[in-house]
Amino acid sequence: MNSALETCLNVASGGEILLIEDAVYAATIGSAFEARLREALGKFKIYVLQPDLDARGMGDRLIAGVTTVDYGGFVDLTITNNSCQSWL
Amino acid sequence: MSEIKKFMFVNRKAPYGTIYALESLEVVLITAAFDQDVSLAFVDDGVYQLKKGQQTKGIETKNFSPTYRALEDYDVEKLYVMKESLDARGLSEDDMVVPVTVLSGAEMGALMDQQDVVLSF
Repeated sequence: MNSALETCLNVASGGEILLIEDAVYAATIGSAFEARLREALGKFKIYVLQPDLDARGMGDRLIAGVTTVDYGGFVDLTITNNSCQSWL
Repeated sequence: MSEIKKFMFVNRKAPYGTIYALESLEVVLITAAFDQDVSLAFVDDGVYQLKKGQQTKGIETKNFSPTYRALEDYDVEKLYVMKESLDARGLSEDDMVVPVTVLSGAEMGALMDQQDVVLSF
């Protein structure tokens, strides 16, 4: 896992965070990122892309408080937020 | 017939996010077709490749996890998973889609030392 999410959480002052592709592992119970993510839930609304979670067989271990969205929900997030930043 | 060599494929990446996991599987099958002594190691995020319950319809990508179950038909039966990697991801042997041998890092290292060829993905 790279440092993209760690840096995102350290830099962001507000807004919403959507975890896609391999980033969805960070929102699963037992991951090395679990504590950091739970802490971040107090500050940000955090979403994961459900199809990416399902593809990886992790749908049953999502950390409580994280919201799932489908592709339509992904589009909605790009509209309801002023700008969209990708943390590659 | 040329001599049989011991090949180990070391998988350290999660499936789907990159092409490495699928490419490794392709090369494993090719190597097995040449009647070589093949073993697979799953380390770090590579253990996610074997997670049960993968459903890829939503991302319109081929779910290749059932292929691990077919490996025994190619006489590929040595699958090793590193315990530390499972633990760090909240996973256990029961979460694996196929029977595996769980090894410590030290045991995995010893096994790597016995190989003629180690290929990393």
